Amino acid sequence: MILKYPQEKDKLSQLKAGDIVEFEGVIYTARDAAHKRIKEYLEQGKELPVDFKDSFIYYAGPTPTKPGHVIGSIGPTTSSRMDPYADMMKDLGVVGTIGKGPRSEECTEKYIENHLLYFVTTGGCGALLSKAVQEAKEIAFLDLGPESIKRLYVKGFKMIVAIDYHKNNLFKGR
Amino acid sequence: MKTIHEEDIINAVSRLCIDACTYLDNSVLSCLKKAKENEQGLAKDIIAQIIENDELAASENIPMCQDTGIAVFFVELGNQVFLDCDLQEAINKGVAKGYTEGYLRKSVVGNPLTRINTKSNTPAIVHIKQTLSDKLKITFCPKGAGSENMSQVKMLTPAQGINGIKDFVLKVVKDAGGRACPPLVVGVGIGGDMEICAKLAKEALIRDIDDEASDPEARKLENELLELINSSDVGPMGLGGKTTALKVKVNLYACHIASLPVAVNLQCHACRHKEVTL
Ligand code: SF4
Repeated sequence: MILKYPQEKDKLSQLKAGDIVEFEGVIYTARDAAHKRIKEYLEQGKELPVDFKDSFIYYAGPTPTKPGHVIGSIGPTTSSRMDPYADMMKDLGVVGTIGKGPRSEECTEKYIENHLLYFVTTGGCGALLSKAVQEAKEIAFLDLGPESIKRLYVKGFKMIVAIDYHKNNLFKGR
Repeated sequence: MKTIHEEDIINAVSRLCIDACTYLDNSVLSCLKKAKENEQGLAKDIIAQIIENDELAASENIPMCQDTGIAVFFVELGNQVFLDCDLQEAINKGVAKGYTEGYLRKSVVGNPLTRINTKSNTPAIVHIKQTLSDKLKITFCPKGAGSENMSQVKMLTPAQGINGIKDFVLKVVKDAGGRACPPLVVGVGIGGDMEICAKLAKEALIRDIDDEASDPEARKLENELLELINSSDVGPMGLGGKTTALKVKVNLYACHIASLPVAVNLQCHACRHKEVTL
């Protein structure tokens, strides 16, 4: 199914774990170091450089962009390392996250309880996934190099629904 | 005596880094293609994506995966080779050059506690073995963290034997699930002591994907483990299917009468390694 976000926001509630979605819209990259820094900013009462309300987060750190390319290879990283930040991202108004592999039981419960969506892309397919990125801009924490926050506009970005709004979890029992 | 110059090592290593991260060996691709035919549904779709990805990376000269790894080297240094440099330093310079010029991701922090990126992907991890020859053979294997993080070492007892080994290997693969990017190549090191068995497991991963262990017991174990792992239904990306592993590689070494060290080093489907001989 094709999902244009935010234009087709209504479709989010129809998603079922296991559905393959071709996503079009904005996603932000953030992985270990960016999450850690966001947490520090919040603890120190500092203003965040990005408003994550109603946004999608992609756990990814691309290779450097080659001249003539929009972005480098950009596959997902292991999501479970970001499990401890589930509450924080929920409070920031994030709609869903994208990564690879299962979430912890505790984290899965939080996603289900708070209507957070979780998607997986195919790990190790960074070259292929980079072809869906139409625009890319590094917008925050530039000193973190591959771990900086980037704003991507993607189209035909293939992902699989892993946790939906109906308490289904694709990794259940796995 | 043959003299090998620092510059030649730097250039060879730099080339190895770029090639390994960009061009997956045809032998690995063939294994993936065979696995795809054996699957259906989501599992088949995922393997198809992986094959498409690897072919695209090669045709566009871009890294197949964004995690271009920490740079691991196995070096065989001949006794009749004279080096005009510090080998470890020359390799580091080659890594920095390759990762910069090849637009590969620098994924190394200089200190595990303070965690500042060294921005050159150095230092590399270098294992050196001395041989009787006039050659310097360098094998490079970029190791991504997704699969490396799920690897484990366990000190079993002799009484736990083969069954204990099988239980442990299977547990490691299941615990890893989709995190390690299956289909995997599973490297198993058995024997030695704690660090040698870990090194054996890593060395098992740079074996040719189509080879078999020369030791008959190890070969038998490779086949039995592969069957066991592929009946676990972990499947491609941990979402179920028949192909959890493409291959299992078992490497052995002597050990203490009271010990049975076992290491399981997981390698994701981006099974990248390349070698050069100077
Ligand atoms: S585990 Fe391997 S294929 Fe997966 S993201 Fe890491 S390096 Fe890439």
